[in-house]
Amino acid sequence: MLFAVLSGFIVAALAPWLMGFLKDRIGWGLALLPAGLTLYFASFIPAVSGGEVVLQHWAWMPILDVHLSFMLDGLSLMFALLISFIGTFILIYAGAYLKGHEYLGRFYVIMLSFMASMLGLVLSNNLISLFVFWELTSVTSYLLIGFNHRDLDARKCALQGLFVTVAGGLALMAGLVMLGLVSGSFQISEVLVADGLLESPLITGIIICVLLGTFTKSAQFPFHFWLPNAMAAPTPVSAYLHSATMVKAGIYLMARLNPALGEHMLWTVLLCSAGGITMLLGVYLAYSATGVKKVLAYSTVMALGTLTMLIGIGTDYAMIAFASFLLGHSLYKGALFMIAGALDHETGTKDLTRMGGLRKAMPITATAALIAGLSLAGLPPLFGFIGKELMLEAVLSAEWQSSLLLVAAVLTASLGIAVAAAVAIKPFWGKVGDTPKKPHEAPVGMWLGPVVLAATSLLFGILPFLPEGWVVAAAVTSVKGQSVDFYLSLWHGINLPLILSGASLVAGAVLYALWGRTRAPLTMVNDVFSRVGPEVGYFRFMSAMTGFAAWQTRVLQNGVMGIYMIVLIMTTVVLAGYTLLSQYGLHLTLTGIGEVHFYEWAIALLMVMAAVYVIFTRSRLGAVATIGALGFSVALIFILFSAPDLGITQVLIETLTVILLVLVLFRLPGFSHYSSRFEIWRDGTVAVLFGGLMTLLMLGALDTRYFETISGFFVEASYPEAQGRNIVNVILVDFRALDTLGEIFVLAIAAMGVYSMLRLRAEVKDDRG
Amino acid sequence: MTEVKAKVIKSNTVILHTASLFLLPLQLLFSMFLLLRGHDEPGGGFIAGLVAAGAFVLYLFAHGVDSTRKILRVEPHDLIGAGLLFGVISALPAIFFGQALLTAQWWSFYLVGTEVKLSTVLLFDLGVYLVVMGSILTIVMSLNEAEE
Amino acid sequence: MEHLMAYIIGILFGSAVYMMLRRSIVKLVIGLMILSNAANLLIFTVAGMTRGAPPLIAEGALMPEGAVADPLPQALVLTAIVIAFGVLAFAVVLIHRAYEVVGNDDLDQMKDTDT
Repeated sequence: MLFAVLSGFIVAALAPWLMGFLKDRIGWGLALLPAGLTLYFASFIPAVSGGEVVLQHWAWMPILDVHLSFMLDGLSLMFALLISFIGTFILIYAGAYLKGHEYLGRFYVIMLSFMASMLGLVLSNNLISLFVFWELTSVTSYLLIGFNHRDLDARKCALQGLFVTVAGGLALMAGLVMLGLVSGSFQISEVLVADGLLESPLITGIIICVLLGTFTKSAQFPFHFWLPNAMAAPTPVSAYLHSATMVKAGIYLMARLNPALGEHMLWTVLLCSAGGITMLLGVYLAYSATGVKKVLAYSTVMALGTLTMLIGIGTDYAMIAFASFLLGHSLYKGALFMIAGALDHETGTKDLTRMGGLRKAMPITATAALIAGLSLAGLPPLFGFIGKELMLEAVLSAEWQSSLLLVAAVLTASLGIAVAAAVAIKPFWGKVGDTPKKPHEAPVGMWLGPVVLAATSLLFGILPFLPEGWVVAAAVTSVKGQSVDFYLSLWHGINLPLILSGASLVAGAVLYALWGRTRAPLTMVNDVFSRVGPEVGYFRFMSAMTGFAAWQTRVLQNGVMGIYMIVLIMTTVVLAGYTLLSQYGLHLTLTGIGEVHFYEWAIALLMVMAAVYVIFTRSRLGAVATIGALGFSVALIFILFSAPDLGITQVLIETLTVILLVLVLFRLPGFSHYSSRFEIWRDGTVAVLFGGLMTLLMLGALDTRYFETISGFFVEASYPEAQGRNIVNVILVDFRALDTLGEIFVLAIAAMGVYSMLRLRAEVKDDRG
Repeated sequence: MTEVKAKVIKSNTVILHTASLFLLPLQLLFSMFLLLRGHDEPGGGFIAGLVAAGAFVLYLFAHGVDSTRKILRVEPHDLIGAGLLFGVISALPAIFFGQALLTAQWWSFYLVGTEVKLSTVLLFDLGVYLVVMGSILTIVMSLNEAEE
Repeated sequence: MEHLMAYIIGILFGSAVYMMLRRSIVKLVIGLMILSNAANLLIFTVAGMTRGAPPLIAEGALMPEGAVADPLPQALVLTAIVIAFGVLAFAVVLIHRAYEVVGNDDLDQMKDTDT
């Protein structure tokens, strides 16, 4: 499985190179990978549907309990199959949709990386590696949404999606870490069976943090606003992100953790209420929108709300409904998005109000659209019907606020039918619309995907035992945490769900009939709401954040270097000085002053005079000469006190410093006097305080000794072990060679810095002529 | 100011001109001596590198950048690269003996009756020598060129 | 001698800080040079100063006879001196570039990142 996940990344890296070979057939070529992966995952069907859980494990950072380990059970298998199966057709479709696009190679790199991240996410058996893949999907989807990077809106929308999902990701990380700590393992298979999780005092925090992550990712109210904006992406991306992948990641994680957290009341309440609101809001917004992609995006929001609600309800029926609805939705939503792209591609507009009567021009697309639309509407004999019936059944079985949820569900079903009709019937039937381009049938790459996906919906609807036996039953077992006895079928006899379905069908038909007339009033209502919705909060938050950043930059980074230095130095003086005085006291000792030789006094005096003269001199040349004198005094100190190597080095460096100063410093202006009297006194005080602190620290260090130095070892081991008689050099090139290696790198970097600064200037000059 | 500078940069004094010609090989020889004896007596890569750099800088002042570049044969920043490479290479042999990175390896053999000791330490010191020399020459030479 | 050096190094640090706080960039460079000398001396001094006993081993001996000066701070300071030169060169060139661009040697005028 490791290779299955990595193959996506590997092929992604090769994609631009393959572009050169395959040219226009690139989509078909690359689609072989997800097609192969589909077969690979399908080969696990017998084992997994038999109740087996396939585990594979690679230790990564064992000390932190972080592993690259994979788990394949019913839920993972269903997602993995959807990701690779739909991915196959998306790649083919993208090849046709973006034919001749200058960045097609780049597109495939990101798309394949995204697919691989998504597979890694649903297969991970470790909370940390799951999180890593989770963030990878956020990053790659950011790149996908902002693929048309020259478009300001696309960039803004991509950034919005990234901010919302990554902010949620931070919360999720906290939640996952807490979850791992409480359950004593970061392996998901062990977390799911951990004891005492629900009694932990951290459980509320865990649930809230995890749900913040999943709600943002899966666009639950109040974070739903980023998803429709993500429609700025090219259509193949939307089709993939919204059918089987990105937005389903949050759903996946909630389903994955449901056996561990599902019993908690907070989990139920949050999921049911957020899911219910999102579902209703989504379908209302879908009904009121006119752009074909917008309609589909909001209907995705609706579906995500439904799925969240179903997990929250948590009964056996709800789990069966969850798995069936998920499967059904992925199939028809993938198809519909691809159809929307084809419509846009062939007619040149995204506006539904301008389309009509395309049935004759695009017969294949129209048929696929009709089937997928019927599935979206939840009509027999499509698989969507089974999903919807089960959903209603599940709501009836809910233990929390059943009646309220039922009202929401029926309303959603009615509006959903109207939405389905608007997307799947409106463009193809009725009066021929007035479109910018003369429409004709889309190329084969663009209708293959919708046709296959729609056909699958139909097949699964007529023969529901196929998906049930393959994945649905096993997925239900994973989500519920135990096996559930059931079978899927179209006909359950005349019961309450069927009656409710019938009622919603009638209501839906009425709503569709009113579709044209309700545009104007709904637009007005939405305008009002968009001024108070959560998206406004997002923009307020973002501008407040940049405002705060600008303010604190103005205060802290005022650009005056002197102020920075004074702040740093005075902080050091106050903190270190206070500690020194309170712990050690003030001891101005003068030990050994009597043993100082007279020539040493002379050198000391010379250094003091140099330090003082430099401050008061007005001559730059004088200052430089004084510094030279200081440097040579230091060299003398080294030589007098048993450090010949240091002495030689210091003398050589002093010489080179003079050369350096001659070359540069004298091209700078002479000493200028800018400071006011106040600044002189202020800086003088700071300097005296800092100098005094250094003296006191040194005296303290000289008069106390807590432990022996490690130098004894170097002295003893120098010749016997390192075969060198110059101990200083042995330390440099043998005992502490790694330090020296680092230091010569620093020197090299400084030299290259000088070189590039001067070269750069030379080139700029050349450019200017 | 500019006139003074110009004089400093390229002195036409005959004495300096001639002296630098003779001093350069002597100084380079001395720097090699310092480098090789550095493990036992005062010296070593840092000091030797400084002496060698000093030799070329002196030559630079007497003869200008172009002729210095000619006599150096390689770009000074290539010396830095070579030095860093030597430093890193000297770290590696220890790995093959299962020891920690940079552990010193010694090989000694007899050449015409004298014991010759070679070691990764010497290679490392040579790396230091080249980096120090290369860095200083890079700095001084690019400054000089910026001048012109 | 160490105690005497402690006072001298304090004076050097004070002088360095005062120079670095001046607004004239040339003075900043001078301050930087004093600072690196003071820091080197500090490391050298606090380890203890020994007269006339360099950390060398006589030929034929395994270990030096008697106490020698501490070699460790010497090794530290040796590289510090060379690196200080590299950093000084970098700083000087940077300052020179800044002066060319801003056309002023007053640090208080160099407040903006984009010029």
